[in-house]
Amino acid sequence: MKQMTFTYQPTLSAESVTMQNEIAMAEEIKDTSIISIKNLNVKTRDGAILKNINLEIPKNKIVVLLGPSGCGKTTLLKSLNRLTDLHKELKVSGQIIIDGQDIMKAGQNLSAMRQRMGLLSQRPFPLPASIYKNVAYGLKLKGIRSKKLIAHSVETNLKRVGLWNEVKDRLKSPATSLSIGQQQRLCLARGLAVKPTIILADEPTSALDPISTKIIENLFKELKQHYTIIMVTHVLRQALRLADHVVFMYYGEIIEQGHPDEILKNPKTTILKKYLIDGN
Amino acid sequence: MNKKRRLTDSLVNIWMRGGLYILLSIPVFIGIGLYWKAAPLLNEHSLTELIFSSKWFPMRGEFGFLPFIFSSVYVTLLAFILSAPLCLFAAIYLTQFGKMRLLNFMLPVIDILAGIPSVVYGVWGILVIVPLVSDKIAPFFGTISSGYSLLAGGIVLAVMCIPYMLNMLIEVFNTIPVGMKEASLSLGATHWEMVKHVIIRKGFPGIISAFGLGIAKAFGETIAVLMVVGNTLNITLSPFKAGYPLPALIANNYGEMMSIPDYDSALMFAALLLFVVILIINLFFRYFIHKTEKI
Repeated sequence: MKQMTFTYQPTLSAESVTMQNEIAMAEEIKDTSIISIKNLNVKTRDGAILKNINLEIPKNKIVVLLGPSGCGKTTLLKSLNRLTDLHKELKVSGQIIIDGQDIMKAGQNLSAMRQRMGLLSQRPFPLPASIYKNVAYGLKLKGIRSKKLIAHSVETNLKRVGLWNEVKDRLKSPATSLSIGQQQRLCLARGLAVKPTIILADEPTSALDPISTKIIENLFKELKQHYTIIMVTHVLRQALRLADHVVFMYYGEIIEQGHPDEILKNPKTTILKKYLIDGN
Repeated sequence: MNKKRRLTDSLVNIWMRGGLYILLSIPVFIGIGLYWKAAPLLNEHSLTELIFSSKWFPMRGEFGFLPFIFSSVYVTLLAFILSAPLCLFAAIYLTQFGKMRLLNFMLPVIDILAGIPSVVYGVWGILVIVPLVSDKIAPFFGTISSGYSLLAGGIVLAVMCIPYMLNMLIEVFNTIPVGMKEASLSLGATHWEMVKHVIIRKGFPGIISAFGLGIAKAFGETIAVLMVVGNTLNITLSPFKAGYPLPALIANNYGEMMSIPDYDSALMFAALLLFVVILIINLFFRYFIHKTEKI
């Protein structure tokens, strides 16, 4: 007679399955994460902008920070390369760990840390110099003096953002002579020239026409092979098109996060549901 | 109703345009008036003789303005050299490095400094700067001075120009977008590198404009300089010697010695010179700003 073996299998409710999945996902992200944010708080005299943010940013993915205006997306983005230091009214506390190093600690080499993160702002801000010098700027700050090397990098990065053919005959012209879309691509080329590992993009297409927006979006899709991109956007469709991971924020807190198909199509919280309905 | 609105519209338009034309015509009338009054002197002497001669003997009908022009330029340059770097660094510190509270404290202080009458600066110059030059600075450089000197004039003028230049520089630096600073820092610039490559470069036309304002103000300043500069005809490179700038010549002598033929015209010519030089300074700086703005 065959002996029957019995193993106890607990019955799992739908809720606990979801929870287990979320834990598994969090563990997976943690394993591959490039940035780990722990208990990040940003305050002003008037109140808190970011409340106890805990977030793992996965490597070589596009992470989209989504949420209504004033929810703290840009502040979170700028905390990552400590540009919040420029705003003396802000009090920042918590940990931001990049490659095992807490960048919030005093005595950090901010220049080197910031060079690892290219920044693309809402509006392009070309430096008051020529097109060539804009791309060469970061390289010179890195201490690269070889003109040949700089020229090569300028060309490579302008080609990468699809701007080379448009500007190769007027590299000495002021960067401000370019159209807004071209300026934004120039800013991206300028950021890429210093070889960052992370790209921080704060609504990078909000000032652009649909064609320039498409160019930037396609570039991001290509760039994510080699870079981690953290992008702030208001546009739900853009989040769906680009994001590998969506973080929904509301009044300085992370409300939901996950794969865009998961959280934008089946939101769990009422706040996100309402935001998606209003947004659409 | 429509007719009434249209009428109001055109009346306001005429009013505004009229105001603008009045404003524009003022310097033209000043220039014409000065030229008209200086014409008798210009009819008798060549312009080159008046500007490049250093012989000032009104009784003999010799009117060489070179010592006055030299003193004016010297005192102005001295004031500029003393005040411009000070203002530039102070404005950079206040807007880029200092705390907001410090800037908020400084702004009314600067306004107060700008509002002090020039005669008060003159008195302060006599009480503080003149003795400082005669007792400390001149002996330090191994020379003797009464204190009433080009240097004293330069120092007093520098202090008088500071509020104007500083105020304008603060405005200029505050208008530079934060995004541009962030762009520079995010590329790995240190705070000073950001200031050097972004703040100063972007604000360059504004810096030039502020300096132009300072120079024009210094060149035309009268009372305070008159009180400390010594008012002696001199063409000397020594800052410890007295000088006699153009505005002081006019202020000291207008209404006096009118019995001397052409003296009145000579003083009007001095005023015309001042007017033209300030116009040229302004035009030069406008041109320079226009050139640098394109970057």
